Amino acid sequence: MQSNFDQASCAIELKHMTKAFGDFKANNDINLKIKKGQIHALLGENGAGKSTMMNVLSGLYQPTSGDVFVNGEKVAMTSSKDANNLGIGMVHQHFMLVDDFTVIENIVLGAEPTKAAGILNLKQARQKIMDLSEKYHLEIDPDAKVRDISVGMQQRVEILKLLYRDANILIFDEPTAVLTPSEITELMAIMKEMVQEGKSIILITHKLDEIKEVADECTVIRRGQIIGSVLVKNSSEQQLADMMVGREVSFKTDKTKSKPGEAVLKIENLSVKDSQKVERVKNLSFNVRAGEVLGIAGVDGNGQSELVQAISGLEKSSSGSITLDNQNITNLKVRKVTEAGLGHIPEDRQRFGLILPMTVSENIALQSYYCKPDSAHGVLKYNYMNEHARHLIEQFDIRTSSEKSETGALSGGNQQKVIIAREVERNPKLLIAANPTRGLDVGAIEYIHKRLVDQRDKGNGVLLVSFSLDEILNVSDRILVMHNGENMGIVEASRTSEQELGLMMAGTPLDKIKKSKRKVADK
Amino acid sequence: MSKNWKSRLSIPLISILAGFVLGAIIMLCLGYDPIMTYEALFTGAWGDPNSIGETLRQATPLILTGLGFSVATSAGFFNIGGAGQYLVGWLSSIWFVLSFPSLPGVVLITGAIAAGAIAGGIWSGIAGVLRAYLKTNEVITTIMLNYIALYLSNWIVKSFLANGDADYSKSIPQSASLRSPFLMELTNNSTFHYGLFIAIVIAIIMAFVMKKTTVGYEIRSIGLNSDASKYAGMSTKKVIILAMTLSGLLAGIGGAVDGIGNYQNILVLASTPSVGFDGLAVALLAYGNPIGIVFASLLFASLKIGGLNIPVVSNTPSEIVDIVIALIIFFVGASYLFEYISKKMKTNKSKGGKA
Ligand SMILES: Nc1ncnc2c1ncn2[C@@H]1O[C@H](COP(=O)(O)OP(=O)(O)OP(=O)(O)O)[C@@H](O)[C@H]1O
Ligand SMILES: [Mg+2]
Repeated sequence: MQSNFDQASCAIELKHMTKAFGDFKANNDINLKIKKGQIHALLGENGAGKSTMMNVLSGLYQPTSGDVFVNGEKVAMTSSKDANNLGIGMVHQHFMLVDDFTVIENIVLGAEPTKAAGILNLKQARQKIMDLSEKYHLEIDPDAKVRDISVGMQQRVEILKLLYRDANILIFDEPTAVLTPSEITELMAIMKEMVQEGKSIILITHKLDEIKEVADECTVIRRGQIIGSVLVKNSSEQQLADMMVGREVSFKTDKTKSKPGEAVLKIENLSVKDSQKVERVKNLSFNVRAGEVLGIAGVDGNGQSELVQAISGLEKSSSGSITLDNQNITNLKVRKVTEAGLGHIPEDRQRFGLILPMTVSENIALQSYYCKPDSAHGVLKYNYMNEHARHLIEQFDIRTSSEKSETGALSGGNQQKVIIAREVERNPKLLIAANPTRGLDVGAIEYIHKRLVDQRDKGNGVLLVSFSLDEILNVSDRILVMHNGENMGIVEASRTSEQELGLMMAGTPLDKIKKSKRKVADK
Repeated sequence: MSKNWKSRLSIPLISILAGFVLGAIIMLCLGYDPIMTYEALFTGAWGDPNSIGETLRQATPLILTGLGFSVATSAGFFNIGGAGQYLVGWLSSIWFVLSFPSLPGVVLITGAIAAGAIAGGIWSGIAGVLRAYLKTNEVITTIMLNYIALYLSNWIVKSFLANGDADYSKSIPQSASLRSPFLMELTNNSTFHYGLFIAIVIAIIMAFVMKKTTVGYEIRSIGLNSDASKYAGMSTKKVIILAMTLSGLLAGIGGAVDGIGNYQNILVLASTPSVGFDGLAVALLAYGNPIGIVFASLLFASLKIGGLNIPVVSNTPSEIVDIVIALIIFFVGASYLFEYISKKMKTNKSKGGKA
């Protein structure tokens, strides 16, 4: 009876749960207890099997063997509806909303309240939703179409969807990867409030500071197996990171002082308009020199994406010039720019960087399929392509069962590694990396930062665009801050501070900051 | 990989089975004997050398129009102009032969097929260019081009190719025909001709092109993710035009082969030829797999030819075969829908896991 009592204090318990895809065990003999009224963090490398485990808990996958207990009762869920009925809900990283429906319609979708004869009764639903929204400070615009609202609000809609269905076990799969810092703070507060009410939360994140901030317990999983669970208050971020990767992780990228050479990329008076003819990059000028990492800092949406698209040839510039390795590439076709020596790790990996239904080796060949040795006389050399892919899979530690797997079956982080392997391996004169470590585990981040610095040390230029100041400060030699499409100034990474960058990101040009500093000094 | 292959095969097979079973139920309800009917269907298609020859002949153009449709689909386009492309191919091949009747046979046959290919390619290429440069919906342009092909062909046949005011052109000389005494003897005087071998060779070539060449890789990439293809420096305009042209080229060869193999002349038609649309169904049933298209074409041809035998030996009306064909297409379509939904749910699932 003792064990029954134990189980009842657990919101969820997994016993010897294994989930296999073919021969590959994504989850191997998992034993896990999630206590009621707590935030339980799940930490693990990319491809460790976290999402798979959560998909089992939310009824989307059925375990290959082993048992799932919810509130002490053994359950067999075959759909997310079953999970809903048991009070389990999941906020997926890529939202599952219908773009053309309003916020309210999306929330009630699948659990529509009806009057007699199946007529929708949205009024009653609306009341419940607005009450929940107020109670949890989940601000929404109930009648806006989902396509018109921000990512942050989309996430609030996802959360309300769960609350509307009276979920009391909530699973968040990397909820903060797409949020701005202030939205992250809000979300953390909301999660704390929820557990105070007795709800239980499972939080997947690669950001250790978030775990330290909100989680009670943290379970580390590696290659499908549980390594252990620890109380968060008793462990440091370093300990968590080491436990997860299985070796010591360094948060600080080792690098020598840069020895910059000539400019590989020259941007002069560049302006770029978006599809609505709004000017997003305004008269921007800067250089990236060989042998240096230039970081571009700025809040999301200040023209960084448009800048990258203009350099890579995906978007036309309206004025100004772009020179890559002494070659004028302004408004050249994408392939010409690539051949002039550009490598590009795109921001939206699934949309631009990969063809998900194709195999890993076909994706690795995406930039070079038309030339030797990937192909000859228009015929693809699959033998070479596969061998080359196997080589990169090993070198870049891409976790996949084979080079012939569909790229879409890889975990998010490993998909990113496929792109990075492809772009870095071509050894481009200039490598643009746009948020290259978004959604990656600390071990992978460490590795990717090293590769970026390697590129630099080989005498190539690196342009790093990132919304994470930590990343920018850690990897860059010089930092340019963009605000509203304009250059706020360029600073040495070793001689700036988060405060200074923060001011520039908010729109204060560097000269102004310097002037006011001088004034203070003069007085 | 092999599991994938099996599951791909299972859906068409289940659709076919479901079509036959439901067809049988309908026959029972209407008071006809399904076993006798299906037996008649089978013997009508495969029961003797002559029937076999007719079935194989019927399958030939279907393979080519099916391949044509599938190429466009791989690039993400719905080319429903197969009928028109087939027709201009047919017309051009006959026109070519009738214009140079005294050339040697090999030249006539190669020239006729080339003429059909070029005509079909131009016909769909127009839709490709409109799509690439003006973003005109290819469904609409290809339908329109079907009508243009029909009336243009009728006019040309009547004005230039027919004797007096006949409704059909002169016949091509024996030397230009794909039929042969040997094949006729083998199949008890059926209309079977060498076109089938041409079609099978082209199917094998297309399997190779789509899977193993850079062009096939580009076509597949653009069909699967046009943004990533642009990022990789592919010229989407070029590939769209190329895929559409290739698509019509194959349908045009279908028309040419049928013209100089089966018809030996060209007729004034009341409506666009149905092989164009049957090719679409065949490609859907085969999931666009070139080798699958060969088998799906054989199935459709069996139903068509075997169906002719049904009213001969039983009291079941031959329309029942059309119902079975329609049911199979319906189930293929429905399974696409099921698959689409389940895939949507699965990708959402796995997307949820993607960071
Ligand atoms: N449907 C599938 N078919 C085959 N393999 C799969 C499937 N889904 C996941 N996998 C494999 O299972 C492993 C675990 O994937 P999962 O998505 O659970 O990782 P994760 O821990 O969430 O990683 P990330 O932090 O990168 O999101 C990966 O190696 C992945 O390739
Ligand atoms: Mg994941």
